[in-house]
Amino acid sequence: MTIHASRRDVLKGSGALVVSFSFVGVIGETLAQGTKPVALTEVDSFLAIDRSGVVTIYTGKVDVGTGIATALLQIVADELDVPLNATKLVEGDTGLTPDQGKTWGSLSIQVGGMQLRNAAATARAALLEQAANRLGAKTEDLKVVDGVVSAGNKRVSYGELIGGKSFALKLDHAKPTAGKDPKDYKFVGKVVPRVDIPDKVTGRFTYMHDFRVPGMLHGRVIRPSAIGATLESVDETSIKDIPGVVKVVRQGNFLGVVAESEWGAIKAAQKLKASWSKSQTLPEAAKLWDEVRGSEIAKDEVTMNVGDTAEALDRAGAKTIKATYDFAIHTHGSIGPSCAVAQFKDGKLTSWSASQATHDLRKQLAMMFGMNVDSVRCIYIEGSGCYGRNGHEDAAADAALLAKAVGRPVRVQWSRADEHGWDPKGPPTLVDLRASVNGAGAVTAWESEFYIPQQTAGSFLVPLVAATLASMPAADDIAPGNIFQNSAIPYKFANIKTVCRRLASTPFRPSWIRTPGRMQNTYANECFIDELAAGANADPVEFRLKYLDPNDKRGIEVLNRVAALAKWDKRSSPSRNQRGDVATGRGIAYCKYELSRTYIAGVAEVEVKRSTGEIRVTKFYLAHDCGQIINPDGVKNQLDGNVIQTISRTLIEELKYDRSAVTSLDWASYPILRFPQIPELVYDLIDRPNERPWGAGEPAATIVPPAISNAVFDAIGVRLRSVPYTPDKVMAAMKGAA
Amino acid sequence: MAQSKSLNVNGKAVRIMIDDPDMPLLYALRDNLALHGPCFGCGLAQCGACTVHIDGKAVRSCVTLLSSLSVRQKVVTLEGLGTPERLHPVQRAFIEEQATQCGYCINGVIMESAAFLAKTKKPTEAQVKDALANNLCRCGAHARIVKAVMRAASV
Repeated sequence: MTIHASRRDVLKGSGALVVSFSFVGVIGETLAQGTKPVALTEVDSFLAIDRSGVVTIYTGKVDVGTGIATALLQIVADELDVPLNATKLVEGDTGLTPDQGKTWGSLSIQVGGMQLRNAAATARAALLEQAANRLGAKTEDLKVVDGVVSAGNKRVSYGELIGGKSFALKLDHAKPTAGKDPKDYKFVGKVVPRVDIPDKVTGRFTYMHDFRVPGMLHGRVIRPSAIGATLESVDETSIKDIPGVVKVVRQGNFLGVVAESEWGAIKAAQKLKASWSKSQTLPEAAKLWDEVRGSEIAKDEVTMNVGDTAEALDRAGAKTIKATYDFAIHTHGSIGPSCAVAQFKDGKLTSWSASQATHDLRKQLAMMFGMNVDSVRCIYIEGSGCYGRNGHEDAAADAALLAKAVGRPVRVQWSRADEHGWDPKGPPTLVDLRASVNGAGAVTAWESEFYIPQQTAGSFLVPLVAATLASMPAADDIAPGNIFQNSAIPYKFANIKTVCRRLASTPFRPSWIRTPGRMQNTYANECFIDELAAGANADPVEFRLKYLDPNDKRGIEVLNRVAALAKWDKRSSPSRNQRGDVATGRGIAYCKYELSRTYIAGVAEVEVKRSTGEIRVTKFYLAHDCGQIINPDGVKNQLDGNVIQTISRTLIEELKYDRSAVTSLDWASYPILRFPQIPELVYDLIDRPNERPWGAGEPAATIVPPAISNAVFDAIGVRLRSVPYTPDKVMAAMKGAA
Repeated sequence: MAQSKSLNVNGKAVRIMIDDPDMPLLYALRDNLALHGPCFGCGLAQCGACTVHIDGKAVRSCVTLLSSLSVRQKVVTLEGLGTPERLHPVQRAFIEEQATQCGYCINGVIMESAAFLAKTKKPTEAQVKDALANNLCRCGAHARIVKAVMRAASV
């Protein structure tokens, strides 16, 4: 190892926020970029150790409220053999952190964490080699405790070996350096309290929404009254009485105000008179599914093709079962509306936001303002919980546009209506399924068609609202995410064909919301297999086990374990002998995430009130195998989120709109689940310390809608095929079945 | 016109300069006093993220106009409820139960719970859930939050 002297302490005055046990918030001058490596192939991109032995970890993955910051510290501290409280984390800063991809897809541990583990293992091996030289010992005779290497009574600390200097070591993530034996882990696999919680419960935490820079002004945006409307006129005299208004910024159809105070900006945005053209680009809500089905098909993607389904479906004696499922348009609904600060200085743009993808945002802002990417720095600051690509990037673009217009730093805080009305949406999903069953009740063929918007090849840059409204340069991507995933199925039928009919367009700007596509597709698949089980008078667990790949032992295990956990009563659905107004039922669902990683099986127990159509989930059981668990309490916390948020989406949530715009602009018109509606949660976490770790942030959400649907069928013998399962729909379904 | 307004916040008398006497308390706390506890969530009293105590009662600061407040009324924010060194029992219970995901709603949840527990000594779980019915959490931290409030109630 070559140790390079005089490594700059890049953190000092860098403007980066640092997460650590002591939670240091450092805000100052912008660091000249290019002084610290950020390439994925350098140890120095990920790690720095100062003279006192404090390890600074640089990651492009960000904690969006999931607790991942703590898990990443655990991974690195363990691999390096340093105390947890000697670690600090710098997240999502394009000037300081490597681009490890968006914080999405439940990949922060699986990909981001493993890159960090590789960097730490590589660094440790080099430090040991150096220590062996220094101490005149063999590396195999060295011991490391809390960042101090010893051989007999001779010791040298990491701080003494590398403190303040760079490693100058290469990394190959395809061939990672061998790390510790999992049996030697001190932090990995253990419950470690989250580093951020003490500050969050005492009001000491700095959210994006709390972040301020000197000389900053407050901006608000005024969005068009209709999607696609043109700004016809603005009457600036309408706000002349509001003190402290700095500027009304109008650029094309972008309209915003900038004021000295936040309240001044809010009042100005509320009172500014603007007139917009009429625009009716949205479908009639009542005809949404006709619209989706009638949309132009950009291409058909066959995601699974086994045997010959057409021949099997036509075969004499075969019985065909068909069903259509739909899943409503959803909004992200972060409790804190999007917020960002931007500053133009010396030809460079610095953007602070809670973006889950600062490296992508940087490209988009550079394109929007015609700047070199190197002249834009995007810095992550944790915001309100983020479950996908919501409005953060758009707020960042708004702030940048306004900052440029006034020549001072501007903070933009979206209103609740801005967030509900203008964040990108989880697109509507429509699924047709067909299966053929032979005389013996066995499934001989499975066919499905998923009507889902297309995804621009190789690019996931959801267009920025401000760039679109102001007609500034932007990539014209349609980016709902990898929503084809889990359209293919884990069951081994002789003939299978699953097709994604990729639509050329979808009514609202789409993006990914927690478990995008995997949730909707698993919902349709796992409800439909339940229909086949019911048709065969089979127990739904046994029916699934019969068709799962017998070699996929982990899948079979989660199913068996959730059945044991829920004391599953082996029988077919629906249940019999239900009397009284409130019927009870149980339903199961299974998923192998993306057919390649985390396994989940869940059981929902529900009550259905026949007189009103209300569904109540009373208990939810999960068996979950994400391989090596980093922090069991962190995984449980994520499972809570997966289950509770998805019950909300399944039972309640649906975007409302008219022909012009979103009309569900607050929590009254877009309600979510409340405390009194929370079920009891019971988990069986399967830890496999010797397997690679997989994600836990999203997979469990897949099985929630189908488990509920199947439980409702078990209770009342009526199949629900349209999310959300509102009382009206339940009543209509019961009426239809009667 | 700029004018001064006196308030009692976290046990201290403070004077702030404001343009509008009808500015909601939330902005005075966040922008004039640089407090991070109360959060902006909706501005409509629908979500609870901005909750503070006024004379011990949990109120939504986003719709509480400064003009309705006098210096005799005691405003307490999450910062004033307890400090990292001297945690309020509810704050301690939230740490012990790790009852947070993103934590953006947690200010309101803690302030609501603390006010509720001050008048309800031995609540049932159902009472806790009802007390928090108007506090929204999007991450799904509800189950832990209820456990934390029950834990705080038991000390």
